[in-house]
Amino acid sequence: MTTTMTATTADVQPRSHSFPVGRATLRALAGGFLLVFVLLPLIAVARSVVDGGWATTWQALTSRVALSSIALTLWTAAIVAVVNGFMGTLTAWVLVRYRFPGHAAVNAIIDLPIAIPTLVTGVMLVVLYGPQQPIGAWFAGHGFKLLFAPAGIILALLFVTFPFVVRAVEPVLMEIDADQEEAAATLGASRRRTFVSVILPALAPALLTSCLLTFTRALGEFGSVVIVAGNIPRRTLTAPVYVFGAIESGETGAASAMSLLLIGLSALLIFAADRYARRRALRMGAR
Amino acid sequence: MSAVRPPVQSSRDGAAPAVVGPLSSGPADAPLSLGNPATLPPIRKRPTAAGPARHLLTGLSVGYVVLLLGAPVVAIAVRAFAEGPGAFLHALFNSGGASALAMSAGLALGATVVNTVFGVIVAWVLTRDRFWGRSFLNALVDLPFAISPVIVGFSLILLFGPHGWLGGLSRWTGIKVVFALPGMALATVFVSLPFIVREVGLVLAEISREQEEAAFTLGASPLRTFFQVTLPNIRFGLLTGILLTVARCLGEFGAILVVSGGVAGMTETGTLFVFRSLEDRRDLSAYAMAVTLASISILLIVALEMLKRRQHRQTGPGRGGASGARTTTS
Repeated sequence: MTTTMTATTADVQPRSHSFPVGRATLRALAGGFLLVFVLLPLIAVARSVVDGGWATTWQALTSRVALSSIALTLWTAAIVAVVNGFMGTLTAWVLVRYRFPGHAAVNAIIDLPIAIPTLVTGVMLVVLYGPQQPIGAWFAGHGFKLLFAPAGIILALLFVTFPFVVRAVEPVLMEIDADQEEAAATLGASRRRTFVSVILPALAPALLTSCLLTFTRALGEFGSVVIVAGNIPRRTLTAPVYVFGAIESGETGAASAMSLLLIGLSALLIFAADRYARRRALRMGAR
Repeated sequence: MSAVRPPVQSSRDGAAPAVVGPLSSGPADAPLSLGNPATLPPIRKRPTAAGPARHLLTGLSVGYVVLLLGAPVVAIAVRAFAEGPGAFLHALFNSGGASALAMSAGLALGATVVNTVFGVIVAWVLTRDRFWGRSFLNALVDLPFAISPVIVGFSLILLFGPHGWLGGLSRWTGIKVVFALPGMALATVFVSLPFIVREVGLVLAEISREQEEAAFTLGASPLRTFFQVTLPNIRFGLLTGILLTVARCLGEFGAILVVSGGVAGMTETGTLFVFRSLEDRRDLSAYAMAVTLASISILLIVALEMLKRRQHRQTGPGRGGASGARTTTS
């Protein structure tokens, strides 16, 4: 990119002097903004962990409460990523391929979680599924605790992360070559086979990346979970709520350790998704 | 997009295809029919599911979306207005709801201005410029999506607290950052940072730079080039990004909760108001504010939808179409 750019503007003498100056300024502004606003706070967490010493950190992370909160966060996020993978793909498929009454309304509802504050999501779920409400009471009567239990956490995470897979898969479904599908069908492939060997491979990158992002987003969710989970240590306390509790009770060491673990995990997953998406984009060539 | 299915469709129970298409020369359907006999009408644009399957899939996904996303919204609206609109307004405004909403609006405005200015610069640099460390900066942009808001608030406390690197700065200038308004503003900027960068970046990557270069070669100053060439081109992406940023700012809770440190009253935002009302057992106040915030969100979503339509009409289907969640994939 750069080389072609310089080649085309090489003849333009008078301006090529001022351009690099402006460019350097912009570069510095952009870099400075990101480093100060995003990276510096995260480094402060890392420093706090180092200051606390490895013994404190190790102790904080391997306590029973911390371990169970990590486990709970990971397994609920994993379930949510898988369920969203299925339901998100199905919803995108239905929205792209079928027309039905209420199509526009459903399409708009899907964007709701992007705009609704997650805390409000939590309150809404309590109002609908709380133990004092008809639905919650019915489930409780049948021996299943909906809210203030892992099921509530999963419900909240499903709500909050629903748009990710749908909106990532949708454009790919629109772009898939009708010719390819037609060819498969003409050659006698069943619908299922067409789906598995033509559509699914095309969807895979977007599906995988968005599931990964769903998982990452679920790991950090706080606003809705803190309302819905009940936050009982070793039972329904997730890692972000654990961090909150540690801050509240002044345990800076424990809060920093868990924060750094979560930051590392999120950063790793984001980088992985980014690399994967870029490599796929390269392989797809000019598309 | 649903293909018009031809009327002739062979039955699913093993009957041979009624019509052999013109393209299938030779022994049709021999190699690929795996148990499921090929149903091959001659002309068929897309192999969409047959009647029952189609209805099943539609019902399943629509039911899921309505139950998961729609029902809770309806439930809280019903609950908040259960005692009438008078009680709703009383619960909302007689316990500081108005000042909380004003605080949220102020924070959203400030953070949106900062993120608009820097977001466009960052987007431009990341798409138009190539330099060492670019991909690292690019990855930093996505982090606020993934990092828990609680951690964002905590990191600001660590940074600006008495022992933090910038704690001295705070002392020296006399500006209290943590447990005060500046900290809440910083937290809001952090969590809403990616939206404008990503939406504008998507558009910048798609539009050609020839126009920019032409204007520039013709002697326009960089600023003029930006305002007269680049900005009109990115306006839809920028507006989408601004709407998403505002929505994210208004909804921020975790980071602000931590960084405001439970200072009641003057530093309360809309979401903090909901949280405190719940803690104080003023349920109706919490529900009323929750409904108010949800309504604002719905308005923003409607605005986004209208923006998408206009963009679609003006620039054609190919470009942009960026809807919120697109931002996450980059």
